Amino acid sequence: MGELKSDAGGAVAGGPRTVTLDSGSTSGFATTKIDALLNWARKWSLFKYPFVTACCGMEFMALTSPRFDGSARFGAEAPRFSPRQSDLLWVVGTISQRQAPALKRIYEQMMEPKWVFAFGTCASTGGFYDNYTTLPGIDKIIPCDIYIPGCPPRPEAVIDGLMLLQDKITRGDRTPGIVKPREDPATLIQLRRSREEA
Amino acid sequence: MSERVLQVLKDKFGDAIVETHSAWGDDTAVVNASQWKEVCAFLRHDPQMGFDMLVDLCGVDYPDRDPRIEIVAHLYSVARRHRVRVKARVGNAEMASAEIDSITEIWPGADWFERETYDLMGVTFKGHPDLRRILLYPEFEGHPLLKDYPANKTQPLIPYRTEEEAGVPLDKLAPFRADEGMSFGRRVWSRGES
Repeated sequence: MGELKSDAGGAVAGGPRTVTLDSGSTSGFATTKIDALLNWARKWSLFKYPFVTACCGMEFMALTSPRFDGSARFGAEAPRFSPRQSDLLWVVGTISQRQAPALKRIYEQMMEPKWVFAFGTCASTGGFYDNYTTLPGIDKIIPCDIYIPGCPPRPEAVIDGLMLLQDKITRGDRTPGIVKPREDPATLIQLRRSREEA
Repeated sequence: MSERVLQVLKDKFGDAIVETHSAWGDDTAVVNASQWKEVCAFLRHDPQMGFDMLVDLCGVDYPDRDPRIEIVAHLYSVARRHRVRVKARVGNAEMASAEIDSITEIWPGADWFERETYDLMGVTFKGHPDLRRILLYPEFEGHPLLKDYPANKTQPLIPYRTEEEAGVPLDKLAPFRADEGMSFGRRVWSRGES
């Protein structure tokens, strides 16, 4: 119950608290709204459907293996290899034009509520495959909740994405979000310019 | 190493061998397209040649040349341990007469190579048992490895969502500036200029 308080209660910044602990009682019970309770339950049990197609899969394995333990710590460990039993579609890697109908069908088979990760630059935008083979981003065919840029993204970036998604679920926010780089890309552009001018 | 093979070919086929060259141990014979199958059968069945392995078969587009497509086959003899590369040139600027005899009867393994070359370059292999697209989908129009196929043109199988549905901009952004990345892929090939 303490966990419930800290997560659901602190989620709405500046808003009314959704969980109230009755501190006067010795038995200890909490009251909350049903939506807040549901969202809390959902965000800690994201059953994933890994749609792993390309080299980003290696980073996905690194993420799920013990060193980072990136999905188990957030309740998103259990993979379900049937889209009907999963909530979170991980699109990990390049999607070719031939695969696009299969991906769309998988998405349509998932039960509501469902969320989609675009893992890596190729899933987000097509990456450098600017040609006849590749779908230029999965958002061309299915809605996407979280974009995780990177080629492949570091496990930290994916963990950031998971936390961003949990935050969005708590707030009931369905607008797409992008994981921001931890390093400011503006400094990288300046680096390149200075190299070009030199 | 197998320059002797080239010499045998020149002696036997004469004018059918358009040119030969050797560089860094690779020996190449350019064959008249009409005698492609005949030369291949000789290379396969002659006991002195014995090229029992078709390593690769592909096409190359040289848009400024006429004929523009070069069919390239790499052959290897397991027993004699020599290899040779044979080429044939087909197809004019409009890809008319881009056809050549299939060599699947000589090397059954040529089947998928020829389908791939047909798929990506648009070369027709006469006598091929099942000449269909192998990598791309049947709805695809054109042949993407020809240099005049636009480098970033896509042919989606399912319609893209509109921006109203998506609620986010869906422009396809070029990943590189004009001067970086594979800039050669963005060159517009036009006939008559080189």
